[in-house]
Formats: sequence, C-alpha cells, structure tokens
Amino acid sequence: MKIFVCIKQVPDTETKIKISSDNQSIDSTGVKWVMNPYDEYAVEEAIKLKESKPGAQVHAITLGPKARAGEVLRTALAMGADEGILIDAPASLDSTATAKALAAAITKEGDASLVFTGKLAIDDNQSAVSQMIAEFLNIPHTTVVSKFTYGPEAITVERDIEGGAKEVVQMVAPAVVGANKGLNMPRYASLPGIMKAKKKVLKEYSLEALGVSADNKTKTLSLSLPADKPAVKLLSGDSQQQVTALVQLLRDEAKVL
Amino acid sequence: MGKILVFTEYSHGHLKRSAQELLTAARSSGQTVAALAVGSQSATITEELKKYGAQEIHLLKDAQFDQYNPELFTAAICDVVQKSQATAILASASSTGKDLFPRVGARLNSGVLSDCTELRFSGDNIEVTRPLFSGKCFAKATFDISPVKIVLMRANQLPVSESPAASTQTTEHSFSKPDLKTVIKEIVRGTSEKLDLTEANIIVSGGRGLKEAANFKLLNDLADVLGATVGASRAVVDAGWCSHGMQVGQTGKTVAPSLYIAVGVSGAIQHVAGMSGSKVIVAINNDPNAPIFQKATYGIVGDLFDVVPKLTEEFKKVMK
Repeated sequence: MKIFVCIKQVPDTETKIKISSDNQSIDSTGVKWVMNPYDEYAVEEAIKLKESKPGAQVHAITLGPKARAGEVLRTALAMGADEGILIDAPASLDSTATAKALAAAITKEGDASLVFTGKLAIDDNQSAVSQMIAEFLNIPHTTVVSKFTYGPEAITVERDIEGGAKEVVQMVAPAVVGANKGLNMPRYASLPGIMKAKKKVLKEYSLEALGVSADNKTKTLSLSLPADKPAVKLLSGDSQQQVTALVQLLRDEAKVL
Repeated sequence: MGKILVFTEYSHGHLKRSAQELLTAARSSGQTVAALAVGSQSATITEELKKYGAQEIHLLKDAQFDQYNPELFTAAICDVVQKSQATAILASASSTGKDLFPRVGARLNSGVLSDCTELRFSGDNIEVTRPLFSGKCFAKATFDISPVKIVLMRANQLPVSESPAASTQTTEHSFSKPDLKTVIKEIVRGTSEKLDLTEANIIVSGGRGLKEAANFKLLNDLADVLGATVGASRAVVDAGWCSHGMQVGQTGKTVAPSLYIAVGVSGAIQHVAGMSGSKVIVAINNDPNAPIFQKATYGIVGDLFDVVPKLTEEFKKVMK
C-alpha cells in the first residue's frame, strides 16, 4: 500500500509578517519555517494507517524552493514517513499550478492507495490544492476531515461543516483526504527518528521533469499590512459605570447594536 | 461581454445574505448576471433572484442536488458553465463553496481566488483583496489567462441592494447522475442553532481568563441576549474546554463580524490574526498589558466574572 501525504512549509504562526521591497512577497528574513499545522494531522494519519497495514509505505511530498523546503520533508521522515519527495518550484506558484505538479508527481510515483493533505495552508489561506489534486488525479476527495476509518470496501470519513454539523462520507479508494484539527494528536519526532531522517536522501523533481509548467492562472498584484488601529478607548469608573458606558458607546458611537 | 454565474445558496426558502451580496456585486460589473441555484427547493427563490438583478436563472432542481456531493456538483456545475458560457463564477467561501469550486476550477483549467474580502471589476477581469496568514497581511490579486475566473467571497463583506433586471430568462437544467465514488451517508446536525462563526454578525469569544470550561456559561448567557455566536481561543480549545469548530485564529476560523467581544483573551498573534478584521472589538481583561487591548476599539480592564454578568444585564435593557 502506497500512502502519499502532501505537506507545505509555512512561517510559524507566531511570525510577525513583513513585506519585501518588491511588494509581492513576504520578507523571509528571520522567519521560522515549520510544517503547516494541518499537515501535521495529515502526516500523523498517514503513519497511523501505515502502522495498521503491514508493508505499507508513506511518501511525503512537498513543493517549494529547494533552498529551504526540504526541511519539512525531514520533519515528516522523523515522524515516520518512509520517503521524502521534493518538487523544486518557486513559492509563487498558484493553487492550480501547485496541484498539477503534486498530482503529476503522485502519478509518476504510481499506485497511490490514498493521499492525505491538510485542509488548508495557513499562509495563503486558499484551501484549494487538496480538491484540485483530487480532480487532476480523477479520484474523490473530502476535506475538513476530523475522523478517518479505512475499510476493505470504502473509506469512511467525517467532514466538519457549518454550525458544528458533520457529514459522514464514504469514498472508494484511492481518494484525497484533507485533515482538520481534531483528526488525531500528531506525534513528536523521536531523537533516533530525527537522526535517521537527516541521513535519508530526498527524491527530487523539477517541474520540467513532471511535465508541468509554472503557468499561473492567478497573480498577486501587491501585498499590504493591515492599517494601524486607533488607540483603544478604555472605560473608567467602577464595573457598573464601565458596562453602562460601553453599551452606550456600542449603540450610539459604533452603532453596532 | 462577460457573463458572471453567481452560485446562490439559500436556506428555508430565502437567499442567504452572502448570495444577496454576490448578486449585488455582480450587477456592478456591467456584465450579464446569471444566478445558479440547486436543489428541489431552488424554484422557491427565483423571485428573490430577480429582485437582486439576475438576468438569467439556471436551476438544477433534481432532488439529487439537495445534498452536497463534490463529484456530482462539480460535474453538474461545469455543465452549466459550459451551456451558459459563463466567463466568471462568484460564490460564497462557505463550507460548500470552498470545497466545491477549487475542484470546478481544476476541471475548467482555471484559477480560483478563495476567501476574498473585497472585489472590483476592471474590464473583463476581476481584482480581489484577500487576507493572507489569516489577516496578518493582505494581497491584491487578479487573474492571468484563466478560461473562467472563480472568486469565493467571505460572507458579510459587501453591501446589499435590490435592483430587478428588466427581464429574466429561467432555464431548468437536467443532469443524469454520473457514476460516483463518493456517497454522503448521513448528516449529524450540530447542537447549536446559532449562525456559524464565519457568518455571525456578533461574536463573544472566551480565553484562558475564564479559568474553566463551565464558566463559558457566562459567555453563552451574554451571547443569547445579543443573538451572538460564541468563539474561543486556541488555548482553551487545546485544553479541551471547547470544540475546534469554535476556535478563532490562524489555525481556527477567520472572522470579521460587526462586533467581537473578547473576554479573558490575551490576544496572541495567531488569535488576533483571525479576528482583527472585525469592525468593532471590545476587550475585557484583568491585565491592562494584554496585547488584545492594542487591537480593541473599547476596553474594560477588570474582573470578567464581575463585568460580564453586568454587561449581560445592561444589554438586556437595550436589546428589548
């Protein structure tokens, strides 16, 4: 059984974002790069499935600049993935081009039984690549998955939708599963795992080798930071006075009631 | 001239506000406005679609469309796009919209801009603003050569106005069920009747300052008076006090209500990223140095266990 897991390297959630002088990308100076948090759930679920299927292998794939992106594969390997596959491509690739490249790599590797992804990358907030990979592979998908069961006939998953509701979905494998928080508790990499991961050779593909062009369908025009907020209006007096003043301001000044 | 196909979601026989926003925006493009509604009840909203300026209405009325299925919907919507010769799609960045339209985009070899907060039409192209890193920064983006331009808008971002079209042409499309590898077995309803955080106009959100899960009752009482939805910080979700569906922040939901009341929330950078787009932010915290006060419009430095019940009572007086 070949299990693929697509992961992305993103700035840590504590990162304060700065914009480069080109106004098109973020300034990566001093950025701490980590595995996209939702991808950790994807890797964990892939490894859990592998552990329940003798002979199964987990292949972690990422797409990004070679200079840094390989590191996220080492993290996946240290957690227990068997192979790391790096698609060397600029960080500016859009969702459609990214999904095409990932799908092409999965097709090239062949025999996918299952593809795990995170439901969303916390940097570009698109939540598009998982579904697009499924389309390019012509297989079913479910995203925002908080429960996964692998059966001989079908995969059963639970998908979180609005208002706390869940859809119970069955798919015929192979399929793409987009992981949500709550799916599992991702394991920490063990020290021997980390040592072993450092020595592993990553497999590399260029976009050319995959027969995919870097043609984007969308483009970024410019980036900007949110406008500074005016200073907070702190309310004075005892708690009753504060509360009375607040409600009055919300009604008469802010007009949000 | 281009044609914009608006995917219009509805519930209980009425258009959702997000659909009204999308139709209003589409009208400003000067292009043909076509509305698509699906499901056995879709004919009940055609009058409303006309009110908001739909020049064409496309219906997929078959009962198979009452339940969202990514494979089925992708096939049927691509069929409507081709038959109607739409050049752009506007849809809500709802659970369904976000799941469905990237797949539609891939099938049409097109670009998708998801979770947008602003949109502008320039000629035949569309320019959007979308938050990156849950709102730590904003991108202006547009389409390169894309056969169909697909934009998914966040709810509550655009104005709404009615303006009926001079005439409306309605087309019912039939679609025979393809072989599907996806089956929706069951929908487990949530316990909450409240609007989802991403659609809520008022949010009351709690953090570690509440000290324990049971104290969220204070927030539920406050939310009930305001018709608000309750959210939570990552810390209290990780502690198991609240479900992940309630989490606001970079690894939870990004929200932009009219009013966001943060109670006992310190304001960690990843939380603030998810809510700083709110119109008015109220912070209630006993620590005057809590970073949440740097984002707040109004602040009360005080004991939330004293302040919140009084606030609930005060709102009761004015919300009658």
